[in-house]
Amino acid sequence: MRFRMTLLAAAATTALAFAPGADAKTFRYAFQGDAQSLDPHGLNETFTLGFLGTVYETLTAYDGEMNLVPQLATSWEVTSPTVWRFNLRKGVKFHDGSDFTADDVIFTWKRILTEGSDQKVRGGLISDVRKVDDHTVDVETGTPTPTLARELTNIYIMDKEWSEKNDAVEAASPKTAGRENAYASQNENGTGPFTVVEREPDVKTVFKRFEGHWGNLDTNVTEVIFTPISQDATRVAALISGELDLAYPVPVQDWDRINSAAGAKALAGPEARTIFLGMDQWRDELLYSDVKGKNPFKDKRVRAAFAHAIDLDAIKQKVMRGASTPTGLMLAPQIDGYNKDMNNPYKYDPEMSKKLLAEAGYGDGFSVTLDCPNNRYVNDEKICQAAAGMLAKVGIKVDVFAQPKSKYFAKVSTQNDNDTSMYLLGWTPGSMDVSNVLDNLIVCMNKETNVGQFNYGRYCNPKIDEIAAKVREETDPEKRQAMVDDAFKMLQDDVGYLPLHQQPLSWGVRDGVKVAQRADNVLDLRSVILP
Amino acid sequence: MIAFIIRRLLQSVVVMLIVGLIAFSLFRYVGNPVDNLVGQDTTLEERIALTERLGLNDPFFVQFGRFVLNAVQGDFGMSYRHRRPVENLIAERLPATLELSAVAALMALLIGIPMGVYTGLRRDGVLSKLFMAISLIGVSLPTFLIGILLILLFGVILRWLPTFGRGEVVDIGWWSTGLLTVSGIKALLMPAFTLALFQMTLIMRLVRSEMLEVLRTDYIKFARARGLANRAVNFGHALKNTLVPVITITGLQLGSIIAFAIITESVFQWPGMGLLFIQAISEVDIPVMAAYLCMIAFFFVVINLIVDLLYYAVDPRLRVDVGTRGGHG
Repeated sequence: MRFRMTLLAAAATTALAFAPGADAKTFRYAFQGDAQSLDPHGLNETFTLGFLGTVYETLTAYDGEMNLVPQLATSWEVTSPTVWRFNLRKGVKFHDGSDFTADDVIFTWKRILTEGSDQKVRGGLISDVRKVDDHTVDVETGTPTPTLARELTNIYIMDKEWSEKNDAVEAASPKTAGRENAYASQNENGTGPFTVVEREPDVKTVFKRFEGHWGNLDTNVTEVIFTPISQDATRVAALISGELDLAYPVPVQDWDRINSAAGAKALAGPEARTIFLGMDQWRDELLYSDVKGKNPFKDKRVRAAFAHAIDLDAIKQKVMRGASTPTGLMLAPQIDGYNKDMNNPYKYDPEMSKKLLAEAGYGDGFSVTLDCPNNRYVNDEKICQAAAGMLAKVGIKVDVFAQPKSKYFAKVSTQNDNDTSMYLLGWTPGSMDVSNVLDNLIVCMNKETNVGQFNYGRYCNPKIDEIAAKVREETDPEKRQAMVDDAFKMLQDDVGYLPLHQQPLSWGVRDGVKVAQRADNVLDLRSVILP
Repeated sequence: MIAFIIRRLLQSVVVMLIVGLIAFSLFRYVGNPVDNLVGQDTTLEERIALTERLGLNDPFFVQFGRFVLNAVQGDFGMSYRHRRPVENLIAERLPATLELSAVAALMALLIGIPMGVYTGLRRDGVLSKLFMAISLIGVSLPTFLIGILLILLFGVILRWLPTFGRGEVVDIGWWSTGLLTVSGIKALLMPAFTLALFQMTLIMRLVRSEMLEVLRTDYIKFARARGLANRAVNFGHALKNTLVPVITITGLQLGSIIAFAIITESVFQWPGMGLLFIQAISEVDIPVMAAYLCMIAFFFVVINLIVDLLYYAVDPRLRVDVGTRGGHG
């Protein structure tokens, strides 16, 4: 069913909006793309999940400062290393009026394990969900999982009865979504503070405040109009012209223009996404280099030479308008497991670079191709060009091969056997926990156990693997942090990666609009306060 | 006549097949759709399984054959991204693009022809020189830049017109129109003008040079000698005889207006087919790309057919049933 504004409905809403006493507050915002569908388990992607976070809710959630807070669960405790007891909130209603109970939690867990779900990995952490009473569940994990409460911030609870009634008990995937069972992709029934009243994918989505919501929220917004605007210039123009209350992302180059315009300002903050360079450390000969017969990146001195040749501050000042946070860690400060004492970027020292290269037998330098996306991260292509310029000063000839993200990932991804010699990538752990970073980027790639999938350069240190396996299950925070510190110390000594910076969040808002700018780049409508 | 139309329509099938073939051979180079369909935590196994399920590992001719077979039955597949039938998506977006294109084409004709006639008649007038200068801008500036400049002037500085979108639309059956609401018409002005500008200048220059040509001919001199009013000479005789090339070009350009709408639509976030297509490219939504390209090919064929038919109406010499072969030299 598609909601479309008819002339009559338009007239009715206008009449309502101007009715005396009605204090309608409409919040209009734009993002560069649209949520893929309304199915909360169809795609595990930041924007889609953040967008749906206003209509659906989770057991646990993040507040504006990324602290873990209760949402549909009121409290939880670990009763044994593998069992978590969640006490569920009472009096919560779904948008169709039915009650939220333990059955819905169990149903949701089963649904995220279905074929079309993109949350199967998270669902797989859980081995059983048992109903204790209507408002208590025991969640059992296969192995001790200290990050469970964080993982659950991505699992939206759906209503069992509604899903069964509408043939939506399975998540809709691109292929299994037949012409008939895509109901949950186009309709919603969450417990969140807003309901979707009109949606045309890629064109417009209108939300209305849900009167039956359980919470006592800060926001004074009663209606939300969301429009995806793909062109940066158009999005910024729409903000400056006053047609939008918030637009994101905006190019960092446009900050001055937005700030100098009447009625709008740029809103910048640190994002939890770490940008870094990776190097092919597994092939015996690089695919894209003039060095034949051997792989220079297998030599630690070469990797260190690269690290010391890149001036992170210059990238910050010249490319990122002073808004990035140079880093020596593959981890942002907002991530659980970050330790600022461990954050020691490699010193910028081109002379040392040259010396290291000469020692390794590359005194005359060599050439290598750097794969780079050009529409994925903030100024991604410019960062690659800047790094190439800096490496040229120590004799390394870097050819930057920048492509749109679809082509870039198709080339460098593990599915394509990591067809790259050097690449730029960014990472925000979905669970906001260090274990995700270790398992995806740093441990040795193992296709059987599904770890190291994003370790495109296949850096491999078995000692770190041992630690990562323990970190996954260690529940004592202090012991865990000590292990994490050990792992990152080894990574830094090995020069496994070249961390660059955490990129800035870049939003534009109308004057007087208050909003929490979350480090995971999610706009939570609960925090929006209009003047 | 009917045989002629049927023959042309059959040709269109061949054209669409060839376009489809070329399109499919290019899809290998646009990237891997699976990366856009799953999140970062999805396992490699599942990615491979999904690639297999979508049939992306099949040889190129198998994929193309499957597309043709389904398309013949009216099934263009499911959009990867929207998870909805492609034909529904296109049907939803079609009105926006057709309205925009039609208004742009009308603008181009209604402004371009009078400007062309005027500059043809008064070659040295100040206004003519101004028109020619403006037309130079229209021909040389890229659509993208014109759109941005208009947004800056009318949207941001003057704030008369909305910078994006289609305004409020009204549904008439399955057709959604923005022509019946004030906000819809306001939203249409800038994109339509942006799209029309190039065609407008083209038509103006064409009409002008044709007018200059025709005004030199003997029959115009005789018409003046007969003492006909200027109006009758200029419009009744001169303009009418310039129209054959104008119709050809306008017809062909109508196709390009629909195709060029891609850029205008993405600048103004106009929710038409062009925007759908451009988003499909960036997300590697192969079913949408294939259906769109075949449809545009079909449009071109149909428009050419209509142009050919219009010749009969305008130029009596082409009508076989008219025996006399008179007219101008």
